[in-house]
Amino acid sequence: MNPCPSGTQQHFLERAPVLLRDWITSFLPGSTRWLADSLIDIASILAVFGLLFAFLTLAERKVLGRVQNRPGPNRTGWMGLLQPFADGIKMLTKEDVVPRAADPVLHFLAPVALLAFSILTFAVIPFGRNLVPLDLDAGVLYFFAAGSATELAIFMAGWASHNKYALFAAMRALAQLISYELPLLLSFVPVVLATGSLSPTGIVAAQAGWRWGAVPNWLVFTPWGAAGFAIFMISALAESNRSPFDLPEAESELIAGHLTEYSGFKYALFFMAEYFGMCALSGMAVTLFLGGWHAPLPVLEIIPSYAWFAAKLLVLLAGFIWIRATLPRLRMDQLTKLAWKFLVPLALINLGTTAFWTLTHPWEGPLQLLRWGVALGLVLIPPVLLGRGLSSGLGPRRYRYA
Amino acid sequence: MTHLQLCLAFSSLLFAVGLTGALARSNSILVLLGLELMLNAANLNFIAFWRFGPPGGPATGVVFVLFSIAVAAAEAAVGLALIISIYRHQKNIRLPDARRLKG
Amino acid sequence: MNAVLIIIATATLVTAVMAMAGKNLLHSVLLLACSWAGVAGFFLWAGAQFVAFAQILIYIGAISMVVLFAVLLTRRSRDEAMPATASRSRKPYAVIVGAAVAAVLLAVVADWPASPSAPPPPPETVRRIGVELMGAYAPALLVVGALLTVALVGAVVLASVDRPGGSEDTQ
Repeated sequence: MNPCPSGTQQHFLERAPVLLRDWITSFLPGSTRWLADSLIDIASILAVFGLLFAFLTLAERKVLGRVQNRPGPNRTGWMGLLQPFADGIKMLTKEDVVPRAADPVLHFLAPVALLAFSILTFAVIPFGRNLVPLDLDAGVLYFFAAGSATELAIFMAGWASHNKYALFAAMRALAQLISYELPLLLSFVPVVLATGSLSPTGIVAAQAGWRWGAVPNWLVFTPWGAAGFAIFMISALAESNRSPFDLPEAESELIAGHLTEYSGFKYALFFMAEYFGMCALSGMAVTLFLGGWHAPLPVLEIIPSYAWFAAKLLVLLAGFIWIRATLPRLRMDQLTKLAWKFLVPLALINLGTTAFWTLTHPWEGPLQLLRWGVALGLVLIPPVLLGRGLSSGLGPRRYRYA
Repeated sequence: MTHLQLCLAFSSLLFAVGLTGALARSNSILVLLGLELMLNAANLNFIAFWRFGPPGGPATGVVFVLFSIAVAAAEAAVGLALIISIYRHQKNIRLPDARRLKG
Repeated sequence: MNAVLIIIATATLVTAVMAMAGKNLLHSVLLLACSWAGVAGFFLWAGAQFVAFAQILIYIGAISMVVLFAVLLTRRSRDEAMPATASRSRKPYAVIVGAAVAAVLLAVVADWPASPSAPPPPPETVRRIGVELMGAYAPALLVVGALLTVALVGAVVLASVDRPGGSEDTQ
């Protein structure tokens, strides 16, 4: 985390987390301060996101229940608020079954490695004005590198179970993850192009300020930013194995996919890793496209920056849950076709649109209208054309009744 | 022993391990993995010389390593496609069996 | 700083040796992924952050996937992931050759002129790399792009089945 900048007038709530941390480390000798700082950062991230994971599972079940016209869990505690803890106790006390023919080392290491890499991705996300744990120059690349290392752990899980269905599911999961990594990475390259920096703090700083006094400078309010955001969110859905891309772990498909032979705490670790991945990707989407911790209006700057980050993060997570409740699952070939034939060309066209937008930055006056028009055209027309082209052979279903 | 000598010794040993593996194993995938180790050792060398070179020097070391990683990825992909083709032909991937141009 | 370097070097070398000498092919691939992570750790120690993250992203995130797919697609039976070890006569020669190469390289390294002190690390920012890539090395970048495209198309062509109606054994 950055030390509190002394010259700026940041009001107390903004500085509160940093002041708290400095107060705690003031009890320790000066030479170990850096270690204590890092440990406090890690502990607070684990605590906050652990609690978020717990209540996110509950929120998901409640929202899914309400969408499906049923109340969701409401028996444990008031409105089911103790349900996550009940689930935790259940997971901890279940017997840990390891198949006799399984590879014991890999079987044990897979959930651990998966969770470790998922947590590592949290290190570069700027949670607030002074709250970025690690300010790396190539931070966004670090984020995607740590995220891509989780794929190896999924393969380990599928292979070590010595179960051919788990292996099939692990290979399908790998194919899905690799296919969607490409649009994910391609959709953030325009952001780097426009802001000129790979570090998340730099990208957030480039989205400061307001245009015409009320519209924030967030990248999602530009044509290419909106398209990039859409592609990023679709790829994030697929990268975290969420509906409608949850083929690898669907119960009706291959029992539980690569998690079939896992029970008890290891199963809980897999789910924790999936939710952490979801939170991390949403956090990165907030950083890249939604302006990070900036407030939407100048008057709302009183509310501290980490509260704005949390609010945007919760909106995105609610979107994830809503999509899960609404859309049906995609088949494997539909999934890969969507990635390779629809999202990748769109992401490349988006890159061209961003280049056009950045080069025409000095245009003024009525040329601004032309700039917006061309950019909107480049963003809206290709999806329609590509969509029509890809689904040309699939007409509307005609039902013939006996 | 200076830092630079340690780094170079490390990369030389890694290169030797990769070379031994590539020569000793008869499974073609392991030979490919030995090749990748040798490429990694060369990348280590580049970064070692970049790190202990003159300050303010060009970023040639880093750029070269980026290109080297890209080329290694391409080579691994093509090599593994070749291995899959060989497997289809002779039903195993032992390299000493792939000695004939027949078929 | 020396201690960190020695730890990284030992971990990388040990996992590399275990990978090359292992009996189980899948364990070899995973151990090699660990040694690639060790190499990325060395890059981080040397201050080349961008290259370290690129190494993890490409080697552990992509190349290991391709190798694992190839391992799984080229086994005949469920348990056959164990490679046939080298014929008895070849292994000692390979070790001798490897040791000779290592000896030659280490002799060169030992004779290196000792510099007085370690210079400070050169400042590596992503911006500098970007400027160099788009400036002096732009032709090389274009050539690498063409190379990757050719490799992609070539790999797809090589691995695809070219017999008509012969796709039963691949899907």
